[in-house]
Amino acid sequence: MRRYLEIYSIMLRNSVIREMNFKANFLLWMAVELLWFLGQIVFIEVIFQYVDRIGEWTKWEVVLLVGTHQLIAQIFQAFFYTNVANLPELVRTGKLDFMLLLPVDSQFAVSTRQFGLDNVVNALVGVGIVIFALAKMHVTPGPLQILMYIPAVALGVAVHYSIMFFLAALSFWIVRAQGLIYGYYNLFNIARYPDSIFGKGIFRFVFSWIIPVIVVANIPARLLGRIFDAPLPLLAHLAGAAALAVGLTRAFWHFALRRYSSASS
Amino acid sequence: MNLRKYAKVFDIGLQNTFVYRWNFLLRALFGLVPLAGTVLIWRAIFTQRGADVAGYDYRSMVWYFLLTVLVDNLITPTEDEWQIAADIRDGQMNAFLVKPVNYLGYRLSLYGSYRLLYTIVTLVPVAALIWYFRGFATLPASAFTWVLAVVSLAMAGLIQFFIAYSLAMLAFWILEISTIVFILYSFEYFLSGHTFPLDIMPAWLQSTLRVLPFTYEMFFPISIFLEKTKGADLWSGLAIQTGWLLLTWLTARTMFRRGVRHYQAVGG
Repeated sequence: MRRYLEIYSIMLRNSVIREMNFKANFLLWMAVELLWFLGQIVFIEVIFQYVDRIGEWTKWEVVLLVGTHQLIAQIFQAFFYTNVANLPELVRTGKLDFMLLLPVDSQFAVSTRQFGLDNVVNALVGVGIVIFALAKMHVTPGPLQILMYIPAVALGVAVHYSIMFFLAALSFWIVRAQGLIYGYYNLFNIARYPDSIFGKGIFRFVFSWIIPVIVVANIPARLLGRIFDAPLPLLAHLAGAAALAVGLTRAFWHFALRRYSSASS
Repeated sequence: MNLRKYAKVFDIGLQNTFVYRWNFLLRALFGLVPLAGTVLIWRAIFTQRGADVAGYDYRSMVWYFLLTVLVDNLITPTEDEWQIAADIRDGQMNAFLVKPVNYLGYRLSLYGSYRLLYTIVTLVPVAALIWYFRGFATLPASAFTWVLAVVSLAMAGLIQFFIAYSLAMLAFWILEISTIVFILYSFEYFLSGHTFPLDIMPAWLQSTLRVLPFTYEMFFPISIFLEKTKGADLWSGLAIQTGWLLLTWLTARTMFRRGVRHYQAVGG
């Protein structure tokens, strides 16, 4: 474990140095993410011109939800996105060979090479939005809420990571996997919606347990902002779904690796 | 102009895409998830409100979003800008410069074949969707509306293509165009009617959007088809759309001409 931390800190430093070499690019990517986020806020603004709540969620609770999703998604993107998105390319070109030869866990090696500094800034924007929404709701979360919010956010990141990694690992079968990366964005598109819109049917079940995108941001947001909800079952649900996603992805990675035959060099 | 060689390019485009049919199918399949989310959120909104939203009821809203999916498949370029930028960056452009082929015409043929194939592949899921929501569909009564909607749709496709093409031309000057592409893409996404029909926005914003190109990349042909844009608005809209078509076409041509002068044929 200590060795992994050491390796990771070195890679982290390298990434930051590399990133600072391309300052314009760094600023532009930040702008892209901010624009998307702004678009979502406009969407909420337009919707709440016509209604005062969606299900049980008020406007500022939805903003809290979107801010929380921003925070989780950006932390995921900072640590893992570029690396996981690059996996299909590694498989296609056979460069995965070098990763497999390293004396560290293969999933670790593939997942942690680069770090996105711009995403950290955008994660902070998410935090700002969360605080702003809480102020508008006149809710001051106690230490207990914050203490549950932090691991809930981490679990959300784990779900993001697992689902995207699973999709990227499909590239062992499907050569051109841009469609899979696109799939990640499509799946998490619904993570920003209040959970109450999904009713009680099969759709809700699938996307709360099998592909648990609905719970990723909704549960942390509920833990922080809706202090009247019973917190422990929520946290347990998120933890269970995340554990399932991580476990399945891990198993799938080892299964997929067996199919790897490298590319002609 | 020798059309036969462009027909051949069209054919090559078709074959190329068939190689990656899984990619296609998955994209189409995953595309259904956001659509389901959209339908569900609007269901919740209409339940809450118990009344129309700017002239839409639940049914017409769902129908609007189904049409956006269909139109998206029909006209939105998916990978064209990346391929063009790669042609420039990797020096592949050399091959086109020495051949008696117009690069814009070549890319336009490829774009046409990609869109055709994409539409065919996604026809089954999209048709299934429309069938599932069949009670929600409304078709224009007059044949003339159909004609105008199709003409406007074709123009929308060309505007989207020329914008993508012009952006890709930036690769003549700068190495990395993806940030710029994504910045424009976010504007297109929110302002062309993907997230919600533009006519539910505040009035002042709508009048600004009326003169910007984004409306004419998607929302405008749909609103003709839904018979929401009629009379004088329709004709002035078509005029503005034609203006944007000409402007984006000229930009695409100019960018190419200037770019080639700047071109260094790296790699080759």
